[in-house]
Amino acid sequence: MTRIRLLLGDEAIAEGALQAGIKGVYAYPGTPSTEITEYIQHSPVSRENGIHCSWSSNEKTAMESALGMSYSGCRSMVCMKHVGMNVAADAFVNSAMTGVNGGLVVVAADDPSMHSSQNEQDSRFYGKFAMVPVLEPSTQQEAYEMAGYAFELSEREKLPVLLRLTTRLAHSRAAVSITDGKPEIRKRPVADDPKSWVLLPANARRRNDDLTARQPYLERLSGDSPFFRTVMSGNGNGKGIIACGTGYNYVMENRAVQSGFHLMKISQYPVPSEKISDFSGQCSEILVVEDGQPFLEEQVRGIVGRGYPLKGRLSGDLPRTGELNPDNVAAAMGLKNARVFDIPEGIVPRPPALCEGCGHRDVYIALNKVLADYPEAKVFADIGCYTLGALPPFCAIDSCVDMGASITMAKGAADAGLCPAVAVIGDSTFTHSGMTGLLDAVNDGSNITVIISDNLTTAMTGGQDSAGTDKFEAICVALGVGRDHVCVVVPVPKNMDEITEVIREELGYDGVSVIIPRRECMQTLARKRRIARKNQEEGK
Amino acid sequence: MKKDIILSGVGGQGILSIATIIGDAAVRAGLNLKQAEVHGMSQRGGEVESGLRLSDTEIFSDLVPLGTADIILSMEPMEALRYLPYLHEGGYVITSSSPFRNIGNYPEERVMSVLSSMDNAVTIDIEEIAGKNAMPKSANVILLGAAAGYLGILSPEQLAESIRNVFAPKGERIVEMNLRAFETGREYGRRQ
Ligand SMILES: Cc1ncc(C[n+]2csc(CCOP(=O)(O)OP(=O)(O)O)c2C)c(N)n1
Ligand code: SF4
Repeated sequence: MTRIRLLLGDEAIAEGALQAGIKGVYAYPGTPSTEITEYIQHSPVSRENGIHCSWSSNEKTAMESALGMSYSGCRSMVCMKHVGMNVAADAFVNSAMTGVNGGLVVVAADDPSMHSSQNEQDSRFYGKFAMVPVLEPSTQQEAYEMAGYAFELSEREKLPVLLRLTTRLAHSRAAVSITDGKPEIRKRPVADDPKSWVLLPANARRRNDDLTARQPYLERLSGDSPFFRTVMSGNGNGKGIIACGTGYNYVMENRAVQSGFHLMKISQYPVPSEKISDFSGQCSEILVVEDGQPFLEEQVRGIVGRGYPLKGRLSGDLPRTGELNPDNVAAAMGLKNARVFDIPEGIVPRPPALCEGCGHRDVYIALNKVLADYPEAKVFADIGCYTLGALPPFCAIDSCVDMGASITMAKGAADAGLCPAVAVIGDSTFTHSGMTGLLDAVNDGSNITVIISDNLTTAMTGGQDSAGTDKFEAICVALGVGRDHVCVVVPVPKNMDEITEVIREELGYDGVSVIIPRRECMQTLARKRRIARKNQEEGK
Repeated sequence: MKKDIILSGVGGQGILSIATIIGDAAVRAGLNLKQAEVHGMSQRGGEVESGLRLSDTEIFSDLVPLGTADIILSMEPMEALRYLPYLHEGGYVITSSSPFRNIGNYPEERVMSVLSSMDNAVTIDIEEIAGKNAMPKSANVILLGAAAGYLGILSPEQLAESIRNVFAPKGERIVEMNLRAFETGREYGRRQ
């Protein structure tokens, strides 16, 4: 039976994966991918079928756990935002060498225009790098259908499959027609093939040759995919468009085929080079419309040759960076979407800020107070709500690069003689990637002061559980930080004297010290209270 | 027939609930719908916007093209103006008139003078109405009520049905309060 549901692109993938009979999803939160895992966590199917869906410490542990599940014969999915691919990359690339047993689908949600990210990297490059199939849905319905298709493909080809989407699809809702059945967990025999799974050079060389030799075959699969399409315009003007992902939607919005364009829709990689070569022969010029970096355009250039009139992001017909929209695509098609009204003069931006009453505020107030006496001090911060400490009125941090970089950058700076070197890191970021760096600092006796601003949650991404809750003192001591230099404070205004005193003391200590200001995130607390009230009302 | 609506406001003002209600009504009415939401950074007191597209034919783009929106529906007056480039000539701006002042340099006079100079701007003091009628948590539904007569593609009755539907899991008391908020909003919408 089918049923219509309004789903985000993220949720459509989750629903498709549930229908495909996964045994587990492994993920670390990250916008715009978070809702995939959250949908599975809230689904009754997960409870009934015992589907693993709790959060992993980071994307690498997630990727490896999923590979283990695949090894044991079950279908598993890994979800992350694009920068998570950097963290998972070692496991991801090598999983293409081992191959998989149960279907393994890796979902990477890219964020063109960087709505909530540090960069605009395009995950399709990772797929090409690892030489595995990459799928790219255009619509919510395709996202749903592609999830099931991805598991079939992965299991049949014995390769991990990368499913790439972008913010606009991940976070846009549309009606999706879904199959309403009780999915059954798929189970294959456990892998029993050390020659594939033990990547000693002798085995790895053979696997590498196999995988490389299969590339032309994988290309053909891309051209035969049910999501691939070529439409030749009846009133053709000879111009062609090759579009993928959300780019295809914008081309359709602008009535490409009716306007005389021949259209090719690509939904799977490696790029089907023969089809593209044929298509280019039937067109006088080609516009490549893709959200993200010019991944497809570069490869199409390689296929059609240097002299061929090719338009896209590299040619400047589409913006070189930033997300596509119906308007910049219209312009590239030689059409014009015109605004009638401008934004009136005098309208000012409204940047996000730390919530009123947030504990991170008290941490920065205290830190600024103390550091006023240390003009040489540098504060290496990290990624999370507390990154907003960069903005006024705090202007309290000097860097924010990648998850965990606060501690290690402070360490490197301290090694170079910078003093005081302070690291500010959130609780979830600390367990994601801060712990190993702290061990380095301890082993070198680096002179750093680390503030783990513990709000008992992963707040930035909407308040998910944090892997290290209740364990931070034990972790720091176990890593070798002196017991006397692991200090816990409660960041509220009335404790300001105590907090500044502790910071001052630890700055004066020549070695690694850790200060843990601990108070629950206001939003997470409010949400918990709402749920408790609701449960009470329902008499649970 | 199509209706493109830009919903705007400040993080936490409940524009996504408005979208959920309209979305539910659209699906029940068999309309196509696309709704691009904003999650992430923008939610901590920053500007938020959601494009809602309804149509009886296929919709391709998740984003509303420039100069084509029929309605800007905003929980905050300055946030209504921020998205004017999406409005088509003759489109409506329906907005709460209560500024949300979480920034130092809020251009209140400017915002009000632009809004009052526009032919098709409907401003409603949602906050006062919500306060007066003791329904502070339903300001967004009051706004939806005020806009109900302008939507066209969905009837107020269909929207009321979806309010029932969407709030049902929260209990009958909440459903009733929101229906009352919706009716109150409709009253004010009619007076404009
Ligand atoms: C590799 C990587 N994974 C995920 C993210 C997304 N992300 C940014 S901040 C954050 C959580 C931060 O949580 P925490 O450190 O506890 O700080 P809080 O937001 O709670 O203050 C996440 C998951 C990212 N930017 N990079
Ligand atoms: S969501 Fe929580 S951690 Fe983030 S700013 Fe608000 S109170 Fe602070």
